[in-house]
Amino acid sequence: MAMSDTVDIESFLSAQDAKDQLRFITCGSVDDGKSTLLGRLLYDSKTVFEDQLSATEGESKKYGTQGDEVDLALLVDGLQAEREQGITIDVAYRYFETDKRKFIAADTPGHEQYTRNMATGASTADLAVILIDARKGVLTQTRRHSYIVSLLGIRHVILAVNKMDLVKYDSSRFETIVEDYLAFARQLKLDDVHAIPLSALTGENVFAAGSEMGWYSGPSLMTLLEEIEVHDDRSSVEAAKSFRLPVQWVNRPSQDFRGFSGTVSSGSVSVGGQILASLSGKASRVKRIVGPAGDLEQAVAGQAVTVLLEDEIDISRGDLLADPEAPPEVVDQFAAHVIWMDNEAMLPERTYVARFVCGQAVARVTDLVHQIDVNTLDHLAAKTLGLNEVGYCKIAVDQAVAFDAYSDNRQTGAFILVDKFTNATVAAGMVDFALRRASNIEWHDMKIDKAARSAINAQKPRVLWFTGLSGSGKSTVADRLEQKLHAMGRRTYLLDGDNVRHGLNKDLGFTDQDRVENIRRVAEVAKLMVDAGLIVLASFISPFRSERQMARALMEEGEFIEVFVDTPIEICEQRDPKGLYKKARAGELKNFTGIDSDYEIPENAELVLKSGEIAPEVLADQIIAYLERHQ
Amino acid sequence: MQSLSHLDRLEAESIHIIREVAAEFRNPVMLYSIGKDSAVMLHLAMKAFAPGKPPFPLLHVDTTWKFREMIAFRDEMTARLGLDLIVHVNQDGVARGIGPISHGSKLHTDVMKTEGLKQALDAHGFDAAFGGARRDEEKSRAKERVFSFRSKAHRWDPKAQRPELWNLYNTRVAPGESVRVFPLSNWTELDVWQYIHREEIPLVPLYFAAPRPVVTRDGVLVMVDDDRLPLEPGEVPEDKLVRFRTLGCYPLTGAMESTASTVSEIILELLQSRASERQGRVIDQDQIGSMEKKKQEGYF
Repeated sequence: MAMSDTVDIESFLSAQDAKDQLRFITCGSVDDGKSTLLGRLLYDSKTVFEDQLSATEGESKKYGTQGDEVDLALLVDGLQAEREQGITIDVAYRYFETDKRKFIAADTPGHEQYTRNMATGASTADLAVILIDARKGVLTQTRRHSYIVSLLGIRHVILAVNKMDLVKYDSSRFETIVEDYLAFARQLKLDDVHAIPLSALTGENVFAAGSEMGWYSGPSLMTLLEEIEVHDDRSSVEAAKSFRLPVQWVNRPSQDFRGFSGTVSSGSVSVGGQILASLSGKASRVKRIVGPAGDLEQAVAGQAVTVLLEDEIDISRGDLLADPEAPPEVVDQFAAHVIWMDNEAMLPERTYVARFVCGQAVARVTDLVHQIDVNTLDHLAAKTLGLNEVGYCKIAVDQAVAFDAYSDNRQTGAFILVDKFTNATVAAGMVDFALRRASNIEWHDMKIDKAARSAINAQKPRVLWFTGLSGSGKSTVADRLEQKLHAMGRRTYLLDGDNVRHGLNKDLGFTDQDRVENIRRVAEVAKLMVDAGLIVLASFISPFRSERQMARALMEEGEFIEVFVDTPIEICEQRDPKGLYKKARAGELKNFTGIDSDYEIPENAELVLKSGEIAPEVLADQIIAYLERHQ
Repeated sequence: MQSLSHLDRLEAESIHIIREVAAEFRNPVMLYSIGKDSAVMLHLAMKAFAPGKPPFPLLHVDTTWKFREMIAFRDEMTARLGLDLIVHVNQDGVARGIGPISHGSKLHTDVMKTEGLKQALDAHGFDAAFGGARRDEEKSRAKERVFSFRSKAHRWDPKAQRPELWNLYNTRVAPGESVRVFPLSNWTELDVWQYIHREEIPLVPLYFAAPRPVVTRDGVLVMVDDDRLPLEPGEVPEDKLVRFRTLGCYPLTGAMESTASTVSEIILELLQSRASERQGRVIDQDQIGSMEKKKQEGYF
């Protein structure tokens, strides 16, 4: 940063304070020179300190690819593994400024396996610099990244055709690439694309025009970054949008102060203005606004504030304060684009935790409408989504959530999905629109209910859910138990693979997604039977924790009893009552639990039966004793 | 329609992060290292919950080698703001007599700082800990998430970080696991100073130039803060006009000669400086990627 001693510091500081901020990403295929370009921007904007440069000189000798020259990419590749392999694994954030603007640059990885990290960088950016190697032209990764850029709502793209020095600064090569790219960009509705021929290595057209490309008369990369107008997205358009304030925290330090804290995601609100609490549908007026520097007359998009209302209405974290004239959607089903980010594939009907900017809910993909081929943008039929795949889904949540379409609001329209067991962030989602189906199916209010039916049966209805490997003895124990309960005058029903797979579920196979659907249907049937007042014995391998959890969540507290029939696989295989292990070992049977498909051991089963050691008769009595203890 | 300045945006982002932690975690804590970044972070926490107080305590891991002025400032600030302060010293390290001079910077930092921190987090069962680190400080920090997941053993796995999209932070951890949260991730050193200037945030006087007794060792100016610093034969502490750009354990923190005695003068000096702020930190220069290694082991 150039500054002379004579400049008055106070005027410098006020000039600094007037600067705006541009957040952008650099992306593109492997070896397109993203890190080198960013290193060049840092170096030429004089953001690199002497000790950092000397450290980089040392590392260049060890890992560098530029002979005796300093390898500028090493300024940004921060992880040891990245420096050793010469690749970018994760997003690196870099900060620099010029006299005109402050910049936050996210350097995102090119390798396909790290696409999720690229999406991380893109989610907060206003602009994308997409690099292309002039020798290679538009590649699969260029298309993938451009698609994700458009999906995440970035409207401005700079196409940096890099390594022009290696194609002898040939203008026709540049024009061919730009034409190719624009054809694809049009399909993505990316309509603000600026193309620049440059060389990150030599610095040509990075900060200033060089001597080699007289045929190009446009701005340099830096000039464009400094001057491009993106804040219309945020300051005016976003601010002109309807008021939204997701409630993060209810601030109640004393009896006479009850405020709702959060960051205004769009629009503005003034003292005296009307607001709607979206979830409860209750309206009120703003009494007071506390901002970071004291009381405010008005709060605008981007400000973290605390709002006090005239009326005592019930509002808690997860609610969305909104303009009553333009309220958000409040529903429990919606359609959305999803980028899958986990090694374990998405399974329709499995439940995940969804986090919105306001609120959290248990979510389930009810329908994977199609997958999107990011190269051709074609819609493909698919049953699951794997790592880095993009799909269009219908999603149901267990309680109504307030949101807007992502195309209207990048904050209130976004969500992530989290795995309930590993807690990994498995997907990024962008809401397309609300589905109204849910509100059309009203529960019919029946006069005879579960309590009435159980009373006439003189028993507490429940589900005994037997889980365990094939051959573990689930059905044998369940069968003995049912005989005993029947003799005691209890009304029971035994659900098992045989009576379900031949009828209700005969359309399902044994892939992971079919197993999930199999269990979902069984759980729903069990729920109806419990509602009918029966004691249900469900005997299914049910290998996945999340499906057993889903079945449990359908029932009321104390109704679901998980019985883990814990028999070592060696014993099950010895028993092999249906000869299935033999077939599986011979490779004639695919996806067999315990052989080539996982069994996830229950962690919180109510009962664990050692069926390898104890007779079925005794085990059945143990269950009856448990039922009597837990009436 | 008013538009927000660069600092207003950074301030709002940090407050959002701090509130999110308070709302989602069972037992959060704020690491308070007494330096300028901690001062800014604390200032933001006070704003986030005003007129109430932050619903979490502060934690200072005292290596017993901090500058005396730091400790005095710490006690005065927390008393003035009426906040709970937990001070933790690794008593095991004290019993073994670990110190930066006798055992070198690496072992001292490992035992008194990193181990001490882990002990304190475990003893209180904290599931989220705020730290004042910024991404512009160092290359491996530039790669870290705002909500940075830690295993039960407090380890950071840089190759398997959770994707972090928009401002939707994944706050889920299993019992024993935790996150380190960095509300100042997107601030630069200059931003921090400009904000201190704008908000008139009080700082430890060591940041401002004053005559202080120093000795020169391997080109680093070390302040003689107490009589534990052994002097080489013939070495005589000399009063020089110096200040500190970062603060840590006094034998490991180099002073710089400077006449900057106000925040404005410091900003001016910073603009003309050609060295990064961590240059005065002896611990960063042990080996290439040393910060990444320390962070994997649980260092902040």
